[in-house]
Amino acid sequence: MDALLIVTPGAYTTVQDKGRYGYQQMGVPVSGVLDAFAFYAANMLVGNPDNAAALEITIVGPCLEILTDTHIAVTGAEMGMTLNDQPVQGWKAIRVKPGDILDIQQVKSGCRAYLAVSGGIDVPQVMGSRSTYAGGKLGGYKGRPLQERDMIQCGETKLLTKLRQFPSDMIPQYPLEIVIRAIPGPQNDFFHEGLDTIFQSDYMVSAKADRMGYRLQGPKIKVLEGMPKSIISEPTMPGGVQIPADEQPIILLVEQTVGGYTKIVTVISTDLPKVAQATPGDTIRFEKVTLGQAHSLYHDQKKLIQMLADQLSE
Amino acid sequence: MHSGLFERAFFRIAGDQGLLVEYGDEINLEVNTKVRTMAIIMKQYTPKGVIETIPTYRSLLIVYDPSITNLAKLQKELQRLEERLYEIQIPPPDTIEIPVCYGGEFGPDIEFVAETHDLSVKEVIQLHSEPEYLIYMVGFTPGFPFLGGLSEKLHTSRLETPRTFVPKGSVGIANNQTGIYPVSSPGGWQLIGRSPIKLFAPERPNPFLYQAGDHIKFKPITLEEYSRLDKEDEK
Repeated sequence: MDALLIVTPGAYTTVQDKGRYGYQQMGVPVSGVLDAFAFYAANMLVGNPDNAAALEITIVGPCLEILTDTHIAVTGAEMGMTLNDQPVQGWKAIRVKPGDILDIQQVKSGCRAYLAVSGGIDVPQVMGSRSTYAGGKLGGYKGRPLQERDMIQCGETKLLTKLRQFPSDMIPQYPLEIVIRAIPGPQNDFFHEGLDTIFQSDYMVSAKADRMGYRLQGPKIKVLEGMPKSIISEPTMPGGVQIPADEQPIILLVEQTVGGYTKIVTVISTDLPKVAQATPGDTIRFEKVTLGQAHSLYHDQKKLIQMLADQLSE
Repeated sequence: MHSGLFERAFFRIAGDQGLLVEYGDEINLEVNTKVRTMAIIMKQYTPKGVIETIPTYRSLLIVYDPSITNLAKLQKELQRLEERLYEIQIPPPDTIEIPVCYGGEFGPDIEFVAETHDLSVKEVIQLHSEPEYLIYMVGFTPGFPFLGGLSEKLHTSRLETPRTFVPKGSVGIANNQTGIYPVSSPGGWQLIGRSPIKLFAPERPNPFLYQAGDHIKFKPITLEEYSRLDKEDEK
């Protein structure tokens, strides 16, 4: 069913779901949403299953013409948004009808917003996922970011009787200075002082920050005397912090599968949304946690999401 | 002699959902065979909570769901499976023949490779298309095979400045490696030819023609054959 017509596409808007698993060994990265928390929230608000595809909107939002009676919700970065020229809020379901114009403007806080439509964005599944991997021209809407006049379909709409609203105290804030938690490794043994450097310094997000990775600028991170700077190429995880030849860290994200540089620490999965919401110029400080702490944070986060889902569907 | 194979698997923590397991510290057949065998056994026995297993040259990345399993369980499982390695038969490798039109506009660096090694272009083509190459791993872009077995006479360093666009199908050399670009991407390998075959087709039930462990054999073709095969593949 035709649901949305793209009037203007915004800076970089793609269709994403949780990601494409099982093909990394063939060089196909997982892709998928960068901020899973905001993505789940958007789907909860319109009553979708948690993996329904949504639009990931970056920095400058799209302007859309609504083509059907449905619910939408926008979460994540605060962008400023109007429906038929009247301001509307994020983090709540909005009832829309054919002919409505939803204009999502520019980020005021954060970097990425998520737009969910009742029934989910309907694009063909490619290798088990609807996520766009633009580098490989696959998935999502024709394997690319959205363009003017694209016609977006959605699954079957189920209108909710009550307009859902996210609890305001649960809406994340996106400050300009962020602390992200990380576990040493996989190559922490290649570093000594380097570990002190990364956990004690401020790093600035550079202009080279995209779905593949965030390049940071700050004090150089040196490998131990006598240790090689590159290693035999191995698989990478989203959140891995790679130290390339220029000794400036890169937080690897979802469009990378293998790499031959050492990774000093790995950002915990619970904190990846914070990275996703950082923009060039923001300050990042790494805080050391253990694997055990990371796992208990993961369980807490999972419980929180489940609790919110239950609460909203009451 | 040092085989590069570790006596015991070496575990590295790759965040709260990744366990990296190293089986050796060299790129060689023995180490890579162990990695691939472990990948096969993991696929057969898929321990609970394992989302994905990714084999590379000498290591395996296990992606897991921490709400279902944990590090201690996974390590135990991996050690248990390693003890059963002898039961596992690696399926015989497929050999995939890949037609390549060498030189000309498809291989802008072939003359540089020839000059570097004091060879003729014809000799480069012969040396490159003779061996059956082992696919050590696939990565970098969808379906990009890292091949072992390149003749020492062809080892050539990467371009000083990588190209921003390498067309899909391009066949290249980087140091002791050779490979093919299944999708267009930036790249710094010395390009010596191009294949008209579609190496990655996400719409096919199996989007790939090969996997790690298979062999690749390049077959030199003429420009006419290239055009014909290119058209056939479009259909």
